[in-house]
Amino acid sequence: MISDWPLLSLTIWLPILGGSAVLFAGETNREGARNLALAISVLTFLVCLPLWSGFDTGTATMQFQERYPWMSTLGVYYHLGVDGFSLPLILLTTFTTVLVVIAGWEVIQYKVAQYMAAFLIMEGLMVGVFAALDAVLFYVFFEAMLIPMFLVIGIWGGPRRIYATLKFFLYTFVGSVLMLVALVYMYFQADSWSIVDFHHLRLGYQEQILIFLAFFLAFAVKVPMWPVHTWLPDAHVEAPTGGSVILAAITLKVGGYGFVRFALPITPDAAGALSWLVISLSLIAVIYIGLVALVQEDMKKLIAYSSIAHMGFVTLGFFLVFSIHENTGELAGAALGIEGGMVQMISHGFISGALFLCVGVMYDRLHSRQIKDYGGLVNTMPVFAAFMVLFCMANAGLPGTSGFVGEFMVILSGFHSSIWIALLAGLTLILGAAYTLWLVKRVIFGEVANDGVAALEDINTREALFLGVLAAVVLGLGVWPDPLVSVMHESVENLVQHISVSKL
Amino acid sequence: MSFQVPDFTLIAPEILLLTMGCVVLCVDAFLPEERKYFSYRIVQLSLLAAALLILLSALPERQVGFSGTFVRDAMGDVLKVAVLLVTFTAFVYGRDYLRERGLLRGEFFVLGLFAALGMMVLVSAHSLLTVYLGLELLSLCLYAMVATDRDSPTASEAAMKYFVLGALASGMLLYGLSMIYGASGSLDLGVIRQVVYAGDHRNLVLVFGLVFMVVGIGFKLGAVPFHMWIPDVYHGAPTAVTLFLGSAPKIAAFALAMRLLADGMQGMHADWQQMLIVLSVLSMGLGNLVAIAQSNLKRMLAYSTIAHVGFLLLGILSGTPEGYSAAMFYTLTYVIMVTGAFGIILLLSRAGFESDRLEDFKGLNDRNPWVALLMMLIMFSTAGVPPLVGFHAKLAVLRAVIDVELVWLAVVAVLFSVIGAFYYLRVVWHMYFDKSGDETPVVAALDARVMLSANGLLVLILGVFPGWLLAICAASIG
Repeated sequence: MISDWPLLSLTIWLPILGGSAVLFAGETNREGARNLALAISVLTFLVCLPLWSGFDTGTATMQFQERYPWMSTLGVYYHLGVDGFSLPLILLTTFTTVLVVIAGWEVIQYKVAQYMAAFLIMEGLMVGVFAALDAVLFYVFFEAMLIPMFLVIGIWGGPRRIYATLKFFLYTFVGSVLMLVALVYMYFQADSWSIVDFHHLRLGYQEQILIFLAFFLAFAVKVPMWPVHTWLPDAHVEAPTGGSVILAAITLKVGGYGFVRFALPITPDAAGALSWLVISLSLIAVIYIGLVALVQEDMKKLIAYSSIAHMGFVTLGFFLVFSIHENTGELAGAALGIEGGMVQMISHGFISGALFLCVGVMYDRLHSRQIKDYGGLVNTMPVFAAFMVLFCMANAGLPGTSGFVGEFMVILSGFHSSIWIALLAGLTLILGAAYTLWLVKRVIFGEVANDGVAALEDINTREALFLGVLAAVVLGLGVWPDPLVSVMHESVENLVQHISVSKL
Repeated sequence: MSFQVPDFTLIAPEILLLTMGCVVLCVDAFLPEERKYFSYRIVQLSLLAAALLILLSALPERQVGFSGTFVRDAMGDVLKVAVLLVTFTAFVYGRDYLRERGLLRGEFFVLGLFAALGMMVLVSAHSLLTVYLGLELLSLCLYAMVATDRDSPTASEAAMKYFVLGALASGMLLYGLSMIYGASGSLDLGVIRQVVYAGDHRNLVLVFGLVFMVVGIGFKLGAVPFHMWIPDVYHGAPTAVTLFLGSAPKIAAFALAMRLLADGMQGMHADWQQMLIVLSVLSMGLGNLVAIAQSNLKRMLAYSTIAHVGFLLLGILSGTPEGYSAAMFYTLTYVIMVTGAFGIILLLSRAGFESDRLEDFKGLNDRNPWVALLMMLIMFSTAGVPPLVGFHAKLAVLRAVIDVELVWLAVVAVLFSVIGAFYYLRVVWHMYFDKSGDETPVVAALDARVMLSANGLLVLILGVFPGWLLAICAASIG
């Protein structure tokens, strides 16, 4: 049986070892490096499909577990497993990497092998983050991910790439080292590095607060939440298209995943006590950052800020649980918030990835990301314009696209908590529509702005392929989100059940 | 009083090194200039032979000999083998550098051999006298090695500074040792251990002696505020000497701290823990902050050494067997990393070009992607980023510190390590993100290239499979 294979290990190590092979294939054979990278990324995606088909949606326990001693003197295990939270993110990762490899096909001419290798290795590490069930193993993947991203932004980025990549690295590094101290502390309390054991660890209130703050810093920087978001626009603007796609589609999700895997179940009381803080910061992200996005003149910056606003929705959904549980005493409404946050993460992964790819398509032709350099694209690139409009609509949360589902669920659960929260969160529908539609108006519609735009050619088959696939997914999840929701449903129920019981 | 013939097999490796040192000294005097390679070969062979001898003659039990002045135990054996292998590697990396500058002389290798002997004696010391003997043999050789390039004013200045400060520190240490001898009535570390455990912990003379002892250890390790010699000596000495000086003697200094503090003065742990906490925090702080301002890589690595010593002290000051083995793991892995870093500087240097400034690394990825990759692995490892071995070393000492409820110290340490990450990243950014005007291909001898590759990859391999080295460290301390 294929589901008896160590599928998770394969999904992690195939791209890492394959990426190393691409690296050693060297720059002499560019075509070979590209083909090899594509083959590896497609193979990895295929390998993780049985994870999905073999996944038992009826249980919240970890599945496809693998556990071997890693550092026996320190009690560290190589322990992998997936549940409803991690599986969709793993699928998202492997899927996005294929697109990134295709997107960089012709555009990247400088050090092709290193570029492809960096993305493949990063893919393996990110899958590792989502699959690790041992705290040290998680931390190793979590931090190791920074190295290829640091290089990707720094080598293939724009003019201010060094500033951006250093900021990216140091911000995320600061956030995570304190988490390491917290993890070591919990190891001594639980006498185990297993994350599942951490979930059942009894901790005092003050301990919980400190541990929660360490987690919060680590994951808030990754999400990123206001006010520690400032690395993201810089990193996005300077990163090559593929880097932006991976950053937006997956790296940010690591932050959200961290909240549901660590912060909520390990320190539920502290998370409840401080949920006002997280909810306020999320609402600031949704509204204030939405306004900031409105005035951007750089398309990538605009999408980056819109990402922050959308991720604000994710954290909002996660932390509404506590007040809903307090107000209504029932768990169904609370589960809706977390589920909405998860759906929002996955959907944002596709939509923001697609939008960055769209900007990449334009940038490859005119080498500008400034909105004012475009206008009237619909006249010269009708097919592209259709895709772009679709993804922008999805970004604004148009019903029928995946962007609507998550936002709707979070706002709905907001009503269980407080009408004001729901109302403020609902503002995003207006703001999001404002900045994306205005972007569409200025870039796609209107008169042909200049000679550069007049000379544009429409997208080729390769570009149509990746945009088409993404469009299908965005629409598919929009009209029929059930496959996604059913995978995570049991895990969400279980989490809500778990955190509704005080650990004190 | 009866006289027993001591068991000479205990010190067979030391005897081998001493003999070979004398042989090379004599042979080299009669070798013509163009055949100096011969003494290099003998030295390298004797180092390997001594390491092999240690492995073959390893004893199952801890054994004290020579009237309680010499101890042979698992920790000592592991550290000695590491010292010998690192010395061997340092000579391979440094050989061509020395030849290009006309410094490839027999004396250099003889001094290195005697320094290695000093380290071995120090590692196995079981009496205050043996400690001092080993330490001085090591230090005197190092002073002379720094001055190897006698026509260079910076090297001579460095040697002078090193000598004056080193002599001062040795004096301090000796003073401390004499107090402890006075208070305990014995030079034997085993007896001192008993006396300290049994006696009055507040004994003023013992505490006084301990303070001076910590000063001496702090100096040899290079902990703030006894670090002043490190930047100047690292910078001024020829890179091949810096490599040797910055690697193997760190292992010996760790052994010094272990023998004196953890073995001899374990009973006064509460006292020296306080002192080491101060040294550790200051070292991590000053080392990491000042390293940012450096434009010379050797100087930057000097300050980085100071910072790493701060981390290493974290393991020792926890005072638990886990802490000691964490510190041992930290020392060994740090030495692997620093050997690789200086090895790469040596590899890139050529006649008339030191390649020790940060700018010299610009665009290395274009010139030679493989060397750039190795350097990147080493830099990320020293910064403590997983999956490289530097992370596991940091994790092990943090674990030890948190185990003894010093969580605040762990938080301070990780915050300083973030500051430290910046200057290691700077090296990576020069190599990968900047363009270089220098198109000279990197040429080096095959053995140096192979060893350097192995060295760089070891950082990665140990990072992915750290279990065995951790187990060795735990077993040899336990």
